[in-house]
Amino acid sequence: MSYQGKKNIPKITSDRLLIKGGRIVNDDQSFHADIYMEDGLIKQIGDNLIVPGGVKTIEANGKMVIPGGIDIHTHFQMPYRGTTTVDDFAQGSKAALAGGTTMIVDHVIPEPGSSLLEAYDQWRQWADEKACCDYSLHVDVTHWDDSVKQELDNLIKEKGVNSFQVYMAYKDYYQMSNSELYEVFTFLAERGGIAQIHAENGEIIAKEQGRMLQMGITGPEGHVLSRPEELEAEAVFRAVTIASQTNCPLYVTRVMSKSAADIISQARKKGNVVFGEPITASLGTDGTHYWSKNWAKAASFVTSPPLSPDPTTPDYLNTLLASGDLSVTGSAHCTFSVAQKAIGKDDFTQIPEGVNGVEERMVLIWDKAVTTGKMDENVFVAVTSTNAAKILNLYPRKGRIAVGSDADLVIWDTDAVRTITAKTHNSAAEYNVFEGMELRGAPLVVICQGKIVLEDGNLHATSGVGRFIPCSPFPDFAYKRIKARKQLAVLRAVPRGMYDGPVSEFSMSRGGTPSASARTSPTKQPVRNLHQSGFSLAGPPTPEDVPIRPPGRRIVVPPGGRSNITSLS
Amino acid sequence: MSGYQGKKNIPKITSDRLLIKGAKIVNDDQSFLADIYMEDGVIKQIGDNLIVPGGVKIIEAHGRMVMPGGIDVHTRFQMPDRGMVAADDFYQGTRAALAGGTTMIIDHVVPEPGVSLVTAFKQWREWADSKSCCDYSLHVDITEWNNSTQEEMETLVKDHGVNSFLVYLAYKDVFQLSDSQIYEVFSVVRDLGAIAQVHAENGDIVAEEQKRILELGIAGPEGHVLSRPEEVEAEAVNRSVTIANQTNCPLYITKVMSKSAADVIALARKKGAVVYGEPISASLGTDGTHYWSKNWAKAAAFVTSPPLSPDPTTPDYLNSLLSCGDLQVTGSAHCTFHTSQRAVGKDNFTMIPEGTNGTEERMSLVWDKCVVTGKMDENQFVAVTSTNAAKIFNLYPRKGRIDVGSDADLVLWDPDLTKIISAKSHNLAVEYNIFEGTEVRGGPLVVISQGKIVLEEGTLHTTEGCGRYVSRKPFSDHVYKRIKARSRLTELRGVPRGQYDGPVCEVTVTPKVMSTVSSMKTSPAKQQQQQQQQQYTHQPVRNLHQSGFSLSGAQIDDNVPRRTTQRIVAPPGGKANITSLG
Repeated sequence: MSYQGKKNIPKITSDRLLIKGGRIVNDDQSFHADIYMEDGLIKQIGDNLIVPGGVKTIEANGKMVIPGGIDIHTHFQMPYRGTTTVDDFAQGSKAALAGGTTMIVDHVIPEPGSSLLEAYDQWRQWADEKACCDYSLHVDVTHWDDSVKQELDNLIKEKGVNSFQVYMAYKDYYQMSNSELYEVFTFLAERGGIAQIHAENGEIIAKEQGRMLQMGITGPEGHVLSRPEELEAEAVFRAVTIASQTNCPLYVTRVMSKSAADIISQARKKGNVVFGEPITASLGTDGTHYWSKNWAKAASFVTSPPLSPDPTTPDYLNTLLASGDLSVTGSAHCTFSVAQKAIGKDDFTQIPEGVNGVEERMVLIWDKAVTTGKMDENVFVAVTSTNAAKILNLYPRKGRIAVGSDADLVIWDTDAVRTITAKTHNSAAEYNVFEGMELRGAPLVVICQGKIVLEDGNLHATSGVGRFIPCSPFPDFAYKRIKARKQLAVLRAVPRGMYDGPVSEFSMSRGGTPSASARTSPTKQPVRNLHQSGFSLAGPPTPEDVPIRPPGRRIVVPPGGRSNITSLS
Repeated sequence: MSGYQGKKNIPKITSDRLLIKGAKIVNDDQSFLADIYMEDGVIKQIGDNLIVPGGVKIIEAHGRMVMPGGIDVHTRFQMPDRGMVAADDFYQGTRAALAGGTTMIIDHVVPEPGVSLVTAFKQWREWADSKSCCDYSLHVDITEWNNSTQEEMETLVKDHGVNSFLVYLAYKDVFQLSDSQIYEVFSVVRDLGAIAQVHAENGDIVAEEQKRILELGIAGPEGHVLSRPEEVEAEAVNRSVTIANQTNCPLYITKVMSKSAADVIALARKKGAVVYGEPISASLGTDGTHYWSKNWAKAAAFVTSPPLSPDPTTPDYLNSLLSCGDLQVTGSAHCTFHTSQRAVGKDNFTMIPEGTNGTEERMSLVWDKCVVTGKMDENQFVAVTSTNAAKIFNLYPRKGRIDVGSDADLVLWDPDLTKIISAKSHNLAVEYNIFEGTEVRGGPLVVISQGKIVLEEGTLHTTEGCGRYVSRKPFSDHVYKRIKARSRLTELRGVPRGQYDGPVCEVTVTPKVMSTVSSMKTSPAKQQQQQQQQQYTHQPVRNLHQSGFSLSGAQIDDNVPRRTTQRIVAPPGGKANITSLG
């Protein structure tokens, strides 16, 4: 039974599907081949495939077939002060599918002080009920204590979460101190998690917000004025420093400005394991709209970090995305109705934050980066799906067209031209931050879980079919390097004789460390040897786990006798 | 008394009148041959064939360089630390400074948290006045932040001639201030026309790393540098630059010790930030490989914060940046401790008192590393050892220049002098010299301080207690010209738009961000009234653009009233239709 016309598609859509004559585009190469799918998996790739009779066939006519997009950053159905964002998991994932994205990764945001696991269960419940495509979850760590550690451990080991976001902004609410960041990063590095960071200096923002309001600036322009891009760059710099100290892979969510992106590319040049995620909004539009005389329009752009008022920013970020300095793209899709945004009509600090972008992401990058010649179709696949799959440790199940991978595919039409407008978009929001943009490139057919969900412009999404995809810790993409560094970074004390000269009297302590037993003999200390800690590196212990060097020792009687300490050099 | 008659009677003869003949005067802008006549500690005449009173003491320079005496912008003489006191007091320290060609020092007042700034300042004045052998001034460190601190800073600036304050980003739970506090300090510093200095290291990370290193069983001085990697320094520099930019406050980074910190400063300057960097003798002259010395006492002698970088190419790099102007001034951060004092931390590196020597070696080191190697010329040398410091701290041209009317603080410099630095011959009280064995070319032949010869033929003739406190005025031109221009530019204005009149969502739970302003949920009209009242009546609002500080004198636009921001309720052309799409 071949493809017989659009009327009966939803019914016919079977579990078997053949794409003929497509050009398969992965992140490494493109080639012509047919793809046969069964039960939501890719079973065969090649020419002249032997397939069962009666299989539904799609003629691709040489068009590109790419892995379905992975939107690594969404906030569907996010609770906000008693309401929720207007796009729930059904609406949101529908919009995602319409744009060629076949998997989303949502952020679980527990209220500070409440249980991470409970929040996780809540999100799972919402998403399982409604999601139209596969999904995974990041969990945001909004406070830090011992119980959070246990919950994190549980989430990593049993709940399939490998990425956790911490906030450097939102003072007195989500914000964490440098010491807490250090501890979170250390903890995640030991357990194979990815540390995601919302990078903005919350302390200075709070000060600047106060100053703006005192000056009588209460509109949305105050939002961007109180969050200049330096504050984003500063926080990224600080996060990179802490991650480098703790040897933890770092993932910067929402790269919104040139200077923040510069810091990331600089850090990568210095060899840090850091990934940057520009979002649809920062790649597609800029922050000049905050000065719009239409309050509702200006407010619809409010997100944090804010869109940069520098109109050359999107082009710059697209270039860095093409060159590999920025690694993945998300949408940070988090939409509010105008009425919800209007909570902050008299005070910009009260405007709920978030912009749309899940539907526009793929098309926008195609238009801004591929049609302009910045990147080729393979890099396009890398930044829209493959890299994300690698970071989440889902590769090659997701993010690649290969035998055994999930049948999440998009047939991409490079010639389609569309104008984005709130009148036709699939989001429930009244505004679209990309309103009026004419974009080239669009998904022609979207296949999710082996089923056709978009064809001829018609969406056939089914609420609730989305499965939770667990992510395992220690993704190779990030941790191969981290592990190698860990072996190198063994610190050793200098074996020297005991100092036996006179010691001055001193009174009050200053600059001391919190470690209490510092003055007892070195052997009695409660030494935590990082290289003998009990974690398993994603699987059975390998010889890597064997301590490589003896722990630091102080040799009291060194060979060759003691050095005479008190004499001059 | 006619002419220079031999070394035996110099100390006695040294009169208040002095003539240097045949000198090549080196300022930061040019060098030229001339004679210099000084009287009462001030340069009175410069030129050829000067007409001077008879019987004046004459020094024949024979075409040698005469340059402004060095200014060591960063010393910590006699600094108290946990009941101990730094080994070099103001007498010993300033003597060493003079021996090296430095004729003025600026010391740091470090109030213990809980002690008032003014009290600590007076304490330091007392110590220095009784002992100092050369002119001095004082920076004041802000070691805690509360309401009275601000008033005390104001007092110090207005009544005591202090125009620079140091804050610490390190020393968690002791001196460290939070980002918000630093924002406030910088705002105050800018309003007062002073300079914000920063000890740049991320104290939170340092504390965590110290814990980790100790747990690993590393207790020796190598733990000091391992727990304070240079990234942590660069991070703090970057953060303070950001805060300084936000507050439009001039920034001065003390102790630039690593390449990456210097790079951050250079980058910030390229972006136009008003920021100055101060490498110190130690970071320009040696590196941090000695922390691994098997001799504990030697390793401990290098302990200072931020630490010396273990990268041995660091000194050369910093000297290059100093030469090209990316770094501007040099200090010594001279703060020495006896080995027995260092030994307080013999079992725990975090307890080792911090600081290195360098006030005596500074000028010679910079000459040897920069001028001899061709990185900079003699004029740039004068700039980085003296003139820039004088300009930044508003001492110019009294200090930092050879000119009529300037203080008679001069050095007759011998570029051919060679000497090997050693603890055996230095003028310090401590047992170790971190530059031990370094051979340096160039040194002072004659040093004149306050118009008196204090070094001649290798002999020091210093007088304890003759050093004067030099007070410094705020709003130094070198720094504040740009700051003032910027503060006029950065006036922010709201967008005049119609009132939003569409539906507003009900809110149940607490606001997501604590905003500092209350009364948010009253009606907009009322609120506007309130805001106007706020601006014109007694609410404690600091309107930055109406704040009362005078920008060191009257301004051209003083008579033009500043526009306050207004919300236009009925804009020309009618209200925008707010709720429609588009």
